[in-house]
Amino acid sequence: MAWTWFHRLASPPHVYALATRLTPWFAWPAAALIVAGLYAGLVLAPPDYQQGDGFRIIYVHAPSAWMSLMVYVTMASAAAVGLIWRMKVAHAVAASCAPIGASFTVAALVTGSLWGRPMWGTYWEWDPRLTSELILLFLYLGYMALRSAIDEVQRADRASALLAVVGVVNVPIIHYSVLWWNSLHQAPSVMKLAKPEMPAAMLLPLLMMLAGFTLYFGALLLVRLRGEILRRERSASWIREALTE
Amino acid sequence: MNEFLHMGGYARFVWPSYALTLAIVVLNIIWARRSLARARADARRRLLRADAHP
Repeated sequence: MAWTWFHRLASPPHVYALATRLTPWFAWPAAALIVAGLYAGLVLAPPDYQQGDGFRIIYVHAPSAWMSLMVYVTMASAAAVGLIWRMKVAHAVAASCAPIGASFTVAALVTGSLWGRPMWGTYWEWDPRLTSELILLFLYLGYMALRSAIDEVQRADRASALLAVVGVVNVPIIHYSVLWWNSLHQAPSVMKLAKPEMPAAMLLPLLMMLAGFTLYFGALLLVRLRGEILRRERSASWIREALTE
Repeated sequence: MNEFLHMGGYARFVWPSYALTLAIVVLNIIWARRSLARARADARRRLLRADAHP
C-alpha cells in the first residue's frame, strides 16, 4: 500500500497532469524570490570590506554554481532510478535536466571568471575547483551529445543514464576541491550554519536567490518533463486528451 | 544612480555577470517552452497519421 505513490509516479499520464498543475506553484514563488533577492543583493546589502561592490557577483555566481551541481545530482539520481526500475518517467526527468544544468554550468564558469579577474588577477587558472567545474560542463555536453547520437529513445535513455551515473563521482570532487587542495577559490561561506561568515544583510539575499533558483529549476523541469513524456509515449490514448487541453 | 551603476569601480565585472546569468534564466524559459511545444506538435502529427492509416 505504501508503494502506491511510487507506482503513480511511474505512470506517464498521471505525472503529465501533475506537472501541468504544479508548474505555476514553482514558477511564481521563484520569480518573486529572484526579483526580491536581486534587489536585496544589489541595493540593500552593504559592500564587502575587502571586495567592495565586486562581491555582489556572488548573488548570481553561487546560485548558478548551486544549480550546476543540484541539477546534476537530480539527473544522476533519476537516471539511476530509470536504470534500476526501468522507469520511463525517471529517464524523462534525467533527459530534461541536462540542458538546464549545462547552461548554468556555463553561467557559473563565466561569472566566476569575471569575479576572479579583479580579485585574483586572472580570468582562469587550472585550479582544482575551476577544473572540476569545467569537467562537469563536459559531462553535461557528453550526455547531450550521446543522447542526440542515438535515434531510438529507449536506447538513448539507457546509454546516457549510465554516463550520468558514472559522472556523479565528479560532484563531491567539485564540492570538496577547495578543502582537499590548495585552491584559489574561497572555502564555502554558506554551508556553515554553526558559524556563519556573512552578516545577515549579505546572507539573506543569497539565500533568497538560492531558494528562487531551486524553485525555478523545479518549474523548468516540470515543463520539459511533459515534452519528454510525450516523446516516450508512442500511441497511448491519453495523449489525445492531453493535447486537446 | 550613477554611483549604483558604477559599482565601486567593479561595474565591468558585476554587470556582465548579472546580464549573462539573467539571459540564461530567460533563455531556459524559452527553450523549455519550445521543447514542450515541439513535443506536442510531434505527438499531434503522430495521432493524425495513426487516424489516417489505422
